[in-house]
Amino acid sequence: MRNLPRRRAHASACALLAVTLTTIGIAQAQNAPAPKPAAPAAAPAGKIDNGGVLFKKVGCYQCHANEAQGGLSGPRIGPALFPWARFLDYTRKPSGEMPPYSAKVLTDQDVADIYAWVNARPRPPAVNSLPQLAP
Amino acid sequence: MVPPYRAVRELGNFHYAPSMSPKRHPPASPERRTFLQKGALAGAALVGAPAAAAAQAAAPPAAAQAPPPLTHAVESAEPEDIQVLGDNERAGSDYMIDVFKSLGFEYFFANPGSSFRGLHESLLNHGGNTAPELITCTHEENSVAMAHGFYKVDGKPIAVMAHGTVGLQHASMAIYNAWCDRVPVYVILGNHADAAIRRGAEWYHGVQDAAAMVRDYTKWDDFPWSLTHFAESAVRAYQIAMTPPMAPVVMVLDGGLQEHPISRNERLPIPRLTMPVPPAGERGAVEEVAKMLVAAENPVFVADRMARTPNGMKMLVELAEILQAGVIDQGSRMNFPSRHPLNQTQRARAAVVDADVILGLELVDYWGTVNALRDQLHRTTRRVAKTTAKLISISTGDLYIKANYQDFRRLQDVDLAIAADPEATLPALIDAVRRLVTGDRQRVFQERGAKLAQASRAAAEANRVAATFAWDASPVSVARLCAEVWNQIRNEDWSLVSSYYSNDQTNWPRRLWNFDKPYQWLGHAGGGGIGYGAPASVGAALANKKHGRLSVAIQTDGDMMYSPGVLWTAAHHKIPLLSVMNNNRQYHQEVMHVQKMCNARNRGIDRGEIGSQLSNPNIDFAKLAQSMGVYAEGPISNPNELGPALARAIAVVKKGEPAVVDVATQVR
Repeated sequence: MRNLPRRRAHASACALLAVTLTTIGIAQAQNAPAPKPAAPAAAPAGKIDNGGVLFKKVGCYQCHANEAQGGLSGPRIGPALFPWARFLDYTRKPSGEMPPYSAKVLTDQDVADIYAWVNARPRPPAVNSLPQLAP
Repeated sequence: MVPPYRAVRELGNFHYAPSMSPKRHPPASPERRTFLQKGALAGAALVGAPAAAAAQAAAPPAAAQAPPPLTHAVESAEPEDIQVLGDNERAGSDYMIDVFKSLGFEYFFANPGSSFRGLHESLLNHGGNTAPELITCTHEENSVAMAHGFYKVDGKPIAVMAHGTVGLQHASMAIYNAWCDRVPVYVILGNHADAAIRRGAEWYHGVQDAAAMVRDYTKWDDFPWSLTHFAESAVRAYQIAMTPPMAPVVMVLDGGLQEHPISRNERLPIPRLTMPVPPAGERGAVEEVAKMLVAAENPVFVADRMARTPNGMKMLVELAEILQAGVIDQGSRMNFPSRHPLNQTQRARAAVVDADVILGLELVDYWGTVNALRDQLHRTTRRVAKTTAKLISISTGDLYIKANYQDFRRLQDVDLAIAADPEATLPALIDAVRRLVTGDRQRVFQERGAKLAQASRAAAEANRVAATFAWDASPVSVARLCAEVWNQIRNEDWSLVSSYYSNDQTNWPRRLWNFDKPYQWLGHAGGGGIGYGAPASVGAALANKKHGRLSVAIQTDGDMMYSPGVLWTAAHHKIPLLSVMNNNRQYHQEVMHVQKMCNARNRGIDRGEIGSQLSNPNIDFAKLAQSMGVYAEGPISNPNELGPALARAIAVVKKGEPAVVDVATQVR
């Protein structure tokens, strides 16, 4: 309980920072000319095999399931669902329940390896070809 | 607390043994102790080795009050008194069984214990071991969880006999689950109150206030002092347990009250059981709810522990169809058909966000329905529903609450709260809504219903497609496992008896299978206590047995390991049940929690699995089951082998026996 006011203050500061940044962002957007859309960053070359090892080792599979197909706690993340920039950004700064992976525990190259492995997952069979999934 | 029957005896009114004679029944404790000493020595002589007996016989008398040497003459001599029930007598526990029979118990579940030996014997020899029939359990936690599962199918409580202190201690977690799930379980405890005549073990198993340990999570308990007192309390306990909000109750039965004879001539009436009518919502408040629902543009019903009986689901369908309103079934009960076009469970969050009126029906967690808590290093909350949305609650949760255990969740302020049983309130609400619906509103409702049906179809199709990913992977994906099980049972009269996961409304059976009967989905443990799933499945399968239904459990490995002895109970009593192991070889949810801590603390994320794994060695569940007489196959890692294995196991189950198929699976 003694820490609570401090924690509240921290939360308030974060919220305030977010509001300030948002306000600044809106103001800039209203006053400045529209920026040119940046070219999407290309994914660095990833090592698929190492990505598979990391996917297990750092616990991605816990929520996204063994083949990145999605589980109860995390959505499907492959193959070929997200551009690299969004994949990396969300890994660092997730907005939902996913725990953040900092560069200290997972380098950009590690994330790129995982990205390569996720995108190399095989495409599934057509749903209507599977009698077990007949409606 | 004063031990009951000793206190009564000191007043010279030994109520429950009016016919006892000095010859047959020693009136005071010392004589009884003497008899027991002799009996114990004789017993020792019978089981002891001959050499030891000879040595004892040769030993000189040690003291004036030492027992006589064990000689053939002593052993064949007439005892001082013959203590058997007289022709004009019956046991107190015989009367107890008569009372329990009057309450309609189909089964008693028990792990045997000497504190209820009198009742146990009466159940067999006076009651004929039928209605109730004794089911042998290997752990009291199994007994209670089986009763919990049985109720979910049958709608009737089971009595669980448990042994004094230690039996209740074993049972307590399962009682807590039943409490949190508002399920009636009728717990009967043996106890020896009179300290003057307790045997050795009875000191450990005797207690002044036996029910104290579970009083925070039971609805009522009593420790009757006489048989008349017992009968009234036994009936009262049943009434209290079964009146919404339902909950477990405890009856503590003194060993003396069970075992001492009573005269056959003594008139001991059996009180009549009259079940109270469940409380329905007040008429004016119900009409107000009807007005809000008819005027709403996007009303949504959220049902959790709503359906008490099969009629509950029918009425909710009727109300939803009149209004063409979306329904979210949070799944503590089978409230709404999974493939009904108005079922919005698979897009629950979107339905809540869209709603302008939310009707909560026996919601366990109203706050969590309209808000979200983000579990990160600093937990945060936010409102999910519109701030302008009108919130209505109909719940027995407003009628009854206890302080210590926090299962009541956060307080959600609502616009209208009706303290009542939703199922009992639905008939009046349906009538009130019908009276208010106009032609114009009906047209609006039809348009709304068409949109909801389209959204529901899209969600179902997305689920089918999602299940195709990792279709051929090994270990087997959980989606593939559930699809294979569904493929085998879809044309059967099936019942999914397992509690799956706490987040079960979005798990694969609910996403892929067609649940349209009340017994096809039984909800979860209530309190989240692991070790519920396996025994609750067996209890539910027992309830399904008389209907000839195919009971299916998707059985997690961690849960099974709490008390696998329930497999023996299923085999011994020939309870048909297909258990398909979802064997991911870990306490998966706990791995995720530790993983979250690893990430948040930023000091290594590759050791989070330590302490939560069930591998090295892998558990062979097929051998475990086979060791207890259960047909079993596995572990199966190739998904293409799963269908044929399930077919073979179902053939066994259809013959009336349990079967286990162990499947090495991915995480959920």
